Amino acid sequence: MTDTVTDPATPALELSRVVKSFGAVVALRSGSLRLDKGSIHALIGENGAGKSTLVKIVAGLYRRDAGEFRLDGEPVDFHSTAQSKAAGIAVIYQEPTLFPDLSVTENIFMGRQPVGTLGRIDRKAMRDEATQIFERLGVRIDPERLTEGLSIADQQIIEIAKAISLDARVLIMDEPTAALSGVEVERLFAVARSLRDEGRALVFISHRFDEVFELCDTVTVMRDGSYIDTMPIADTSVDELVHLMVGRDVTEMFPKLPADIGEDVLVVDGLTQKGVFHDISFTVRSGEIVGLAGLVGAGRSEVVRAIYGVDPYQSGSVTVSGKALPKGNPKAAMARGIALVPEDRRKQGQVLEQTVSRNLTLAIRHRLAKMGLIWGGVENESAKVWASRLEVKTSALDAETGTLSGGNQQKVVLAKWLATNPRVLIVDEPTRGIDVGTKAEVHRLISQLAQEGLAILTISSELPEVLGMADRVLVMRAGRLTGEFDRSEATPEAVMFAATAEEVA
Amino acid sequence: MTTTTAAAPRRSALGVAGGVLKARETGIVIALVAVVIAATAVNPTFIFSGDGFRDLLLTPSLLMVVALGQAVVIITRNVDLSVGSVVGLTAYMTGRLFIDVPGIHPALVFLAGIALGALLGLINGALVAFAKVPALVITLGTMYIYRGINVAWTGSDRINASDMPASFRGLGTQDVLGIPLLTLLAVIVLVFTAWYLRNLRSGRELYAIGSDPDAAHLYGLRVTRRVLAAFIVCGALAGLAGVLFAARYGTVSSNAGYGWELQAIGAAVIGGVAMSGGVGTVWGAAFGAYLLLTINRALPIIGIQDFWQRAVVGILIIGAIILDRVLALRQHRRLVAAREEVK
Amino acid sequence: MSTATALTEKPTRDYKAYQHPLWRRLLINREAAIIGLLILVVIVAMLTVPNFDSPLTMTFLIREIAPILLIALPMTLIIITEEIDLSVASILGLSSVVTGLGVQAGWSLPVAGLVAILVGVIAGVINGSLITFVGLPSLAVTIGTLALFRGIAVGLLGTTAISEFPEYWTDLARANIPGTPVPLIIVPFIVLAIVFAVLLHFTPFGRSLYTIGLNKEVAAFSGIDVRMTKFWLFVMSGTVSGFAGVYFTLLYNNARGDNAIGMELLIIASVLLGGVSIFGGRGALHGVIAGVFLIGTMSSALRLAGVTSDIINVITGTVLILSVVSASFLAWIRTNRIAAIGRKKGQAGSTGAPA
Repeated sequence: MTDTVTDPATPALELSRVVKSFGAVVALRSGSLRLDKGSIHALIGENGAGKSTLVKIVAGLYRRDAGEFRLDGEPVDFHSTAQSKAAGIAVIYQEPTLFPDLSVTENIFMGRQPVGTLGRIDRKAMRDEATQIFERLGVRIDPERLTEGLSIADQQIIEIAKAISLDARVLIMDEPTAALSGVEVERLFAVARSLRDEGRALVFISHRFDEVFELCDTVTVMRDGSYIDTMPIADTSVDELVHLMVGRDVTEMFPKLPADIGEDVLVVDGLTQKGVFHDISFTVRSGEIVGLAGLVGAGRSEVVRAIYGVDPYQSGSVTVSGKALPKGNPKAAMARGIALVPEDRRKQGQVLEQTVSRNLTLAIRHRLAKMGLIWGGVENESAKVWASRLEVKTSALDAETGTLSGGNQQKVVLAKWLATNPRVLIVDEPTRGIDVGTKAEVHRLISQLAQEGLAILTISSELPEVLGMADRVLVMRAGRLTGEFDRSEATPEAVMFAATAEEVA
Repeated sequence: MTTTTAAAPRRSALGVAGGVLKARETGIVIALVAVVIAATAVNPTFIFSGDGFRDLLLTPSLLMVVALGQAVVIITRNVDLSVGSVVGLTAYMTGRLFIDVPGIHPALVFLAGIALGALLGLINGALVAFAKVPALVITLGTMYIYRGINVAWTGSDRINASDMPASFRGLGTQDVLGIPLLTLLAVIVLVFTAWYLRNLRSGRELYAIGSDPDAAHLYGLRVTRRVLAAFIVCGALAGLAGVLFAARYGTVSSNAGYGWELQAIGAAVIGGVAMSGGVGTVWGAAFGAYLLLTINRALPIIGIQDFWQRAVVGILIIGAIILDRVLALRQHRRLVAAREEVK
Repeated sequence: MSTATALTEKPTRDYKAYQHPLWRRLLINREAAIIGLLILVVIVAMLTVPNFDSPLTMTFLIREIAPILLIALPMTLIIITEEIDLSVASILGLSSVVTGLGVQAGWSLPVAGLVAILVGVIAGVINGSLITFVGLPSLAVTIGTLALFRGIAVGLLGTTAISEFPEYWTDLARANIPGTPVPLIIVPFIVLAIVFAVLLHFTPFGRSLYTIGLNKEVAAFSGIDVRMTKFWLFVMSGTVSGFAGVYFTLLYNNARGDNAIGMELLIIASVLLGGVSIFGGRGALHGVIAGVFLIGTMSSALRLAGVTSDIINVITGTVLILSVVSASFLAWIRTNRIAAIGRKKGQAGSTGAPA
């Protein structure tokens, strides 16, 4: 359904001052985007800048609260994903959404299969078209196999095949390269360029600047839920984009306090989880902040999950203050002084339907019990102490944490773990999706904790954050440690190289 | 990279996956044949007598019709516990229609039974789809409501064979080419349902919804409408089974179809329809129904009292879900190993 | 250790513990609504149903609902963790048959009863193992064991019934607390109810149940052993069902394979009516107890008023559906209201923000 009649100068898609909020949380303050036909448009911004919300509004998954949305100059308002699909918009999400129990072909055509007499699905036509699309994309995937067990890269190819079969005029890719290897990225880019040359409009969301500069024609920057600027890619530079994205000086964000670095506290040796990460060895000392850098999908979160015991591992060992830690046992890890502030605060860190008080005391529930019983106000007393230490803003201790802002939710999760009084603090993406002010507070807190003698391991996808805070930076790529840098040697270039460079076989 | 190198072994992986699916139906058929042979070896009249062969084909066909509908609902990741009560209610209504409307054409009675079943299914579906309450709870409730209405309506009354015209009763006794008419009817329904699930868009969407409801929502599929339709189909088939029940047995009391929900779920699960949705075929459910009831008939012959029938149902259900789990785990391990090799 | 010093430099803020005053927290909730409804039903029944106010009514009511009351205790914990046990009535039936067979074989009643309870424990272990160690969904497993345990019970006794039990024990099962119309069975129930209430509401274990029910991943990250917790819940459920089976047998002086068939519905309906969410993570034991009494009182009053048991079943089913649908409906209203507040805030924020 490519529209050939309309003026090519009319933007394929135009959003202006779009607003969206969830409960009390405003996810998008003022989102704007102008997309030309036959071009690839980069949409960049830090996590929580509102990119995904914007995409979901275009996809018809969310409805905007306010603002304008035009497609080919015509105002539109999607109530469902079916409507946006019918209008020629295809979205490829970070995590592909396929039906694992159905074949590749069925996944591509679900809901709009070619039909013959009696509405019977024409399986041969469907398979032929799938084969044709895969040939055009230059990939070999058996169209008859089940999608269960396909690699993320292949799943994304299926999503793209879906978009092509739809004849989508707008194709949005939300961090499609996050989990891909170099060759897979090249293949994807070749496909993207050929789609652009056919006159389609593409949106490419990525955190990798090299890719943005290689592939895209135009770039739009977002920050804190708002539109910041749009410019041709040829007229800008990485430095300028970073400045626009962050909107502040790096040093002011990361107050690094001097700390005495002591003996080894956490020692990880040869940790391996088959198919996920291999032979990971490192140490973290008391008073030290170690940053674990790498691209999304490099296996960083998986490593810390295995250390803490929520995931299993096949070989290797974890030692805390000289004593070996049993594997697969978070309770033992907690007892030995490890705390893990998980990556996804909404799904792993806290129960959104429970009160601030319950969440703050969940990890120390055994400690609060007297003779095995939790009586009266012990939870509220403890919660009061920790809420005030981290300055959590809440109407009352029995408010559900789901009603708090993202930054305050993150403080609840941090406080929940600090309450366990840990020796080793592992924080996975501690500032993802929270506002600038709270971010600075979290950085200051982590720095202070190191000064107090905690051993801290921090994972962050924001390079400036890692470089600003860490005494030492470890880099992972494709499940392996590929670099270790002291604070003085850790330049953005060196770390990015270790995180992205292809191995020379 | 992975795509190009792994294309060749994937063909075989598909073969294995497809094989496992087919193996389920084949496996059930083999088990069925084995049971029949074992029972016949002990007592040849199990099959080599006019009644033996007829019973073998006839007895499970009613349950099969109910199991088909149950399979359709389970494929969408739901469950319908009320089917037994729907069978009872429509069976009684069938008899009442013949008594209260003298000279009514049997075709009208069939339509009425199917319509009542569909209506009861619609109530289930509407509560599940719109109120977003788990099907288990809703249909547990309607199971008791429908049965209660049935008992209140029937009282101590019962329908007797003499209440129904011979032409209708004949459905339960007539043969075509040595095959009972009821069985033929059930098989026609089976073939049609299987064709629908395999060849129509809406049929495939039922699988998609059961496989991943969130993805179905993202795809823009009309999830609410499809789930509603699945419950209506399930109710309509149970209604049809109720009419057939009256034709087959002649007598209908207030406990007709009692406990059938468990047998229907059992048949579907044994036949490879996963409770987690998106997997299985109505063929499997149909064979499951035959296996279940044939084992029940074979038990007394091989010297086990038929009181143990229900325990056999339980063992088969549990065995089937454990088998599914083991196969899934094994496949998962193989895929991890395959990915490891690529690295 | 040392974190406190870094953090306490900040002035300690005071937080309100509760958003709403005490009376509102106590009176405006699901449990209070059910208790209120129960009181209302009792008053109406007293005034309108002849003989409802006789002491005998209370005796029979409590005797009859005692198995439901007992099994509802562990069932509450199971549903709060977002699982379900459909096999409880079958375990009760199996336990009843084992008690009967034991007595028939010449064992003394305490021995037969203990063996029957042990059978309940084993049934719970089977459920728990399949759910936690094999990793199967509890709905599928307990539908299977619903058929299996009932099947064994029916298989062991066939269509016969055993009704020769030592009079001392059957009398005890029917005895009242001296001087009152309250059956003695209320004593073990109260003891168990206190144990379960303390376990659910005042222990770290109880806290972990709610967390598991709401979010299993958060539970795992918080050091909760989700698998073992679930395992023990199903063992508890089997054990209590086993005990209820012995009581049931003695009360009716009857061991049959189909004893208490279908009782799982009444138990689950009472638990859900009592304010436990079928989606897990919400509910309290006093609400559940009120729920059991509500259903019991309603059917007892209706029966006295001459309503037949099938109509009572229709009413029970309707009450079950209404209780879950109303919970969904209230939740829907609530999210809509919060979203509306959010929208207002969002629009107010956007007007001032530069584009």
